[in-house]
Amino acid sequence: MSTNGSGSGPANSLIEFSGGFAHLVRDVAREIVRPPLYFRLILDQVFHIGVNSFLLVAVTGLASGSVMALQFGFGLAKFGGTLYVPKITSLSILREMGPVFTSLLVAGRIGSGIAAEVSSMKVTQQIDAIRALGTSPVKRIVVPRLLACMIALPLLTLFADYIALWGAMIICKVELGIGQSFFIAKTLETVKSADLFSGMLKTVVFAFFIAITACWKGFNTEGGTEGVGNSTTWVVVTSSIFILVSDFFLTKLFIITLYT
Amino acid sequence: MSAHESPEIVLEMRDVHKAFGAKVVHRGVSFSLRKGEMLGLFGGSGTGKSVLIRSIIGLEQPDRGEVLFEGRNLLTLTERQLYKVRTKIGFVFQNGALFDSLTVEENLAYPLRAHTTLTDEEIQARIEKMLELIDMKGTNDLLPNELSGGMQKRAGMARATILEPSVILFDEPTAGLDPVNTRRLTGNITKLKDRGITGIFVTHDIPAAFEICDRVAILREGVIHVIDTVENIKRSKDPFVQSFVQGAYYT
Repeated sequence: MSTNGSGSGPANSLIEFSGGFAHLVRDVAREIVRPPLYFRLILDQVFHIGVNSFLLVAVTGLASGSVMALQFGFGLAKFGGTLYVPKITSLSILREMGPVFTSLLVAGRIGSGIAAEVSSMKVTQQIDAIRALGTSPVKRIVVPRLLACMIALPLLTLFADYIALWGAMIICKVELGIGQSFFIAKTLETVKSADLFSGMLKTVVFAFFIAITACWKGFNTEGGTEGVGNSTTWVVVTSSIFILVSDFFLTKLFIITLYT
Repeated sequence: MSAHESPEIVLEMRDVHKAFGAKVVHRGVSFSLRKGEMLGLFGGSGTGKSVLIRSIIGLEQPDRGEVLFEGRNLLTLTERQLYKVRTKIGFVFQNGALFDSLTVEENLAYPLRAHTTLTDEEIQARIEKMLELIDMKGTNDLLPNELSGGMQKRAGMARATILEPSVILFDEPTAGLDPVNTRRLTGNITKLKDRGITGIFVTHDIPAAFEICDRVAILREGVIHVIDTVENIKRSKDPFVQSFVQGAYYT
């Protein structure tokens, strides 16, 4: 299999990626049910992905919640709708901004990290060594990272949502004159559990795309250290596109099934 | 009976062909490996020596031919079926290919945990014994990047042999080593050979190969140009063979 999408044109690269992605998903589905599950590796990865991303997610959540409250506040003020800011902001954060921003951050930080790590293992023959020792690289490398992403990303999103709501609440109080108790009351009145869980569910799907894309690219890296660099860039771009496109379809699905 | 007189064939390649796109690497490679022997595999750079031994354990997929081991054609096996075979055929990578996030001890324990039901104490004992064999006692907790190049290669060899496979494939294990480390590594391989290990030794290091190997095969233009005992190779009148014996590649 040619590997880095450098074949002959974008159409071939897309077909190659689609086929490789599907193959990897099939292999993961087979390996994930076969013991052992390498719990320690999964926990290590959850720690690496989750705990080490907390500060980044907190800063981004605070900033995005604050900006949204500002924009909605001054935008709606023209129509006398400032009091609707808590409702709109909280819904937007839980349904969209929290999950999408957190996933894009994780795609940038963790997706590129996974791609670089796996690519390096490929070029230093560690992947071959796993196979030569009679074990599965998919089980050893992909499954722990995939499960860790699917566990850590929803939890990070929950944290990001919380921080973003705090940011919005502070801006409402300082810039728009909306009191804290009013903000909380309106948020609780508006937000349903479906809004929170649909956002978290989205991140499970995003995590799947991030981990599989990063691992696939890592496995198929060629060209030494330059190849490793190219792979990381490619993974961030591709994962981000996946996140944004799949977000549309998931939102549509949730509007039909959950929000109505 | 010496190894090269042993009639029992452990591994056999028959008419193996391999090409990467337009570049044809193997045009019908055939040879057999007898029990207890060490076969040296020479050839110019890019002639496909490493590809050949990688093909044996399925790290490369030949286009056609047969690789026979224990009565089965390995080329017909699935990746999962090959896992079992790979516990019986060890592979020593050129740079050791140690897992860089694991310590030496964890690297050595990896195949034991994956394929045996040994207790932690038994695994520990096996690792200590192996580290003693390769002159690396006390390095258990070091990470690969804390080891010298020679130590990485020896640790890689230890990991490949810790399951006590019946065949070991060495992919240029002495490449890039200074004479002292080369000597140490070939000494380790000799110790393994004395235990009755069968193997293929891919190398450009002719003196080391002559010291370790029973027979030598020379790969040229995609086929085995010659395969014979070390003594006969040394005495050969073939100018191409002589160029290897004298250390100057014939063009």
